[in-house]
Amino acid sequence: MGTSRQDYLDTLTSRFYGTVTITKSFLENEIYISTSKEKLIDICSYINSTFQASLSAMICNDERSLNKYFKIYYVFSLPEEDTFLIVNIPVSEQEPVFPSITPKIPAAHWYEREIKDMFGLEPVGHPDPYTLVLHGNFPDNTYPLRKDFDVQTRLPHLESKLPFKRVEGEGVFEIPVGPIHAGIIEPGHFRFSAVGDSILYLDAKLFYTHKGTEKIFETMPYTKALFLAERICGVCAASHATGYCQAIEKVAGVGIPPRAKFIRTILLELERLYNHIGDIGNICAGAAFHLGSAHGFRIREYLQLLNETITGNRYLRGMITIGGVRFDINNDLKKYIVTLLTDIKKDFKELTDIMFASSSLMDRLETTGRLPAETARGLGVVGVAARASGIGRDARVNHPYAAYREVDFDVPVFYNDGDVYARVRVRVDEVYQSIYIIEQCFDKMSEGSIKTSVKELPPYRQALSYVESPRGENIYWIMTAPDNRLFRYKVRSPSFCNWPAIPYTIPGNIVPDFPLINKSFELCYSCTDL
Amino acid sequence: MFTKFQKSFQTGVVTSSYPYEKEPAPFRFRGRIEIDNERCKQCNICVDVCPTGAYTWIEQDGKRYLQLSHAKCVFCGICEEMCSYKAIAITNSFELAATHKEDLLTKAGFDTKESVEALGKKLNEKIFSVFKRSLHVREVDAGSCNGCEWEFVALYNSPVHDLQRFGIDVVASPRHADCLLVTGPPTRNLETALIKTYHATPEPKMVIALGACAGSGGIFSNCYATKNGIDNVIPVDIYIPGCPPRPQAIIYGFLLALDRVRK
Ligand code: SF4
Ligand code: SF4
Repeated sequence: MGTSRQDYLDTLTSRFYGTVTITKSFLENEIYISTSKEKLIDICSYINSTFQASLSAMICNDERSLNKYFKIYYVFSLPEEDTFLIVNIPVSEQEPVFPSITPKIPAAHWYEREIKDMFGLEPVGHPDPYTLVLHGNFPDNTYPLRKDFDVQTRLPHLESKLPFKRVEGEGVFEIPVGPIHAGIIEPGHFRFSAVGDSILYLDAKLFYTHKGTEKIFETMPYTKALFLAERICGVCAASHATGYCQAIEKVAGVGIPPRAKFIRTILLELERLYNHIGDIGNICAGAAFHLGSAHGFRIREYLQLLNETITGNRYLRGMITIGGVRFDINNDLKKYIVTLLTDIKKDFKELTDIMFASSSLMDRLETTGRLPAETARGLGVVGVAARASGIGRDARVNHPYAAYREVDFDVPVFYNDGDVYARVRVRVDEVYQSIYIIEQCFDKMSEGSIKTSVKELPPYRQALSYVESPRGENIYWIMTAPDNRLFRYKVRSPSFCNWPAIPYTIPGNIVPDFPLINKSFELCYSCTDL
Repeated sequence: MFTKFQKSFQTGVVTSSYPYEKEPAPFRFRGRIEIDNERCKQCNICVDVCPTGAYTWIEQDGKRYLQLSHAKCVFCGICEEMCSYKAIAITNSFELAATHKEDLLTKAGFDTKESVEALGKKLNEKIFSVFKRSLHVREVDAGSCNGCEWEFVALYNSPVHDLQRFGIDVVASPRHADCLLVTGPPTRNLETALIKTYHATPEPKMVIALGACAGSGGIFSNCYATKNGIDNVIPVDIYIPGCPPRPQAIIYGFLLALDRVRK
């Protein structure tokens, strides 16, 4: 038997008596632990190491208009227990600094830099406190997520020269790549320091697609913001829509009809399917195995046409809505879906059999871009990449939502080499699991309504929401404002957690393997850069 | 080896026949929006609910009309759902591209006397006369959500759409390109890269703005980190509305683009 939620809290209060205040939220599985800057590092490292709770997100919020402080929230997720411990500290404007927990918990690395850029609060003791989100073209002292910064501010465009890290020595040369790439991919800038074909060091500059998404959320009524949520990332639209709707439904205190839960689950798994199969095609393309990529893209097309038939959009946009879903899946459509998926299962099996029997392809996949389990755990890697390194993290299991409590499925964690091959294998297995989940949903769902109405949002309520997207666990944190608006909507995408792992998998590999390794992680830029 | 051939033969030809033949979008697909100004009671609900501010009121001959910009629309469908007077109809027509933003107002698409099928037959001919058999495209992501990219990848890489059958190819460098296909609002962090790419492309060149973001900033407009459409940064020849535009809608945009270059 595991430790119960209360046991954890009791241990915490006795250990840190007098320095923490524990407030239960109106939501059972979210426990807020307020403390001071002085005690922060102790408490966080205690929760992280003793409870084995991983850092799921860090959120900063400008609450000066409410209580004169900025607040920073550290969200830890307890293992084997659907509970989040949310440690929080106040930071004043006069003393805009906070202790960095990165030396103890490396997963905090990017969050702290992000907070520094967006709120102007300095993480003291951070090993690498450079700017992350705002490129050098932004004027100094621009902090977009502070409340006194207007979303429409027109800033002058400055010339920037941010230095890159490089390795120097005889025979070492530098290869710059991007941000406008040779392929049709999202923009990032990479600098390889290489000797011949072998990479010694990689420095990446991202956040080119920073669109101010989180700031725009704060300007929209909650009903419109749904459409923004769907556009955080093109290819995880259903996940982001579900995450947003769940957050709103939680703060409003409404449950959705069971049928809607099943339909959402079907959509989320369809999203995983077209992504995973498309990614496998992409990985084949990266390994110059064009037969695999052609078939992969072909099957993905069938799935996207199916998406369009069900939702009216090839990326599943416009179907999931606050309180449920907008359209039903009738019997004819259901039959069509089930038949198509049965065909795809066979088609896909034939494709992967050919792939894994091809020694030229296997040679490229195996042992390439290895991510050791310890590195993955330390950096807080999530999703397919974590599972391929043997870490069984999956929000559908750890924190069930939609109809995932009612269906049965396996999470593959037995390919634990952490190489490109393992990441392909995990995806292949998950394709079958997704189809299995969809079939179960159709069997189990009963007739009934597909939407409940949500009207008024209570102001200043906070809630977490989580979804396992095709790329991994998405975490959202919401705080409502008066007049049905959002005070803050924080989006923590899986790619944000996984990007810092990439440079660790590159050294020792050859330059042509970089696109392959990158594709095997299938990181998204848009939902990282926001 | 045998299994590889077997798989390919069994699969057969999967390429779509658009635009040589009509290929209607699925029933639920949300495309061109039509407004019935007779039915409209001017209740303003569409203006209120539209997430991108695509609706405005205009005065013409002393009367007030509802006007919609397809360049701004993200095709969420909420306006049609909310209108109690059935004055807004979302059709499933996806042939929306236009050479001028004004053409995307109220009634999108350009008024062609020719049917799309006829246009399709002329495509190879046109490419031949203008760019001598081929059109080389460089795709530039100026901060998209990745949706528009995936659609272009689907168009280019997937055997179902196979863009190369029209003699259109994607090149690795803007220096080899005749055409830039740009997505994204664009973002501030990519503005410089976009301008540099534009200048690196040799004349004659054309620019296609792909998607709501590139056309108007879409849902990301009026923000410190974005501009309201790429035409605020570089000149645009063709707008292809959609969020994202489906592959067939992009093919239609190319048809139109080639028409324009010929002038
Ligand atoms: S369908 Fe287009 S015009 Fe209608 S509400 Fe949505 S974005 Fe606005
Ligand atoms: S137009 Fe839509 S799909 Fe295209 S980049 Fe913008 S939000 Fe994404």
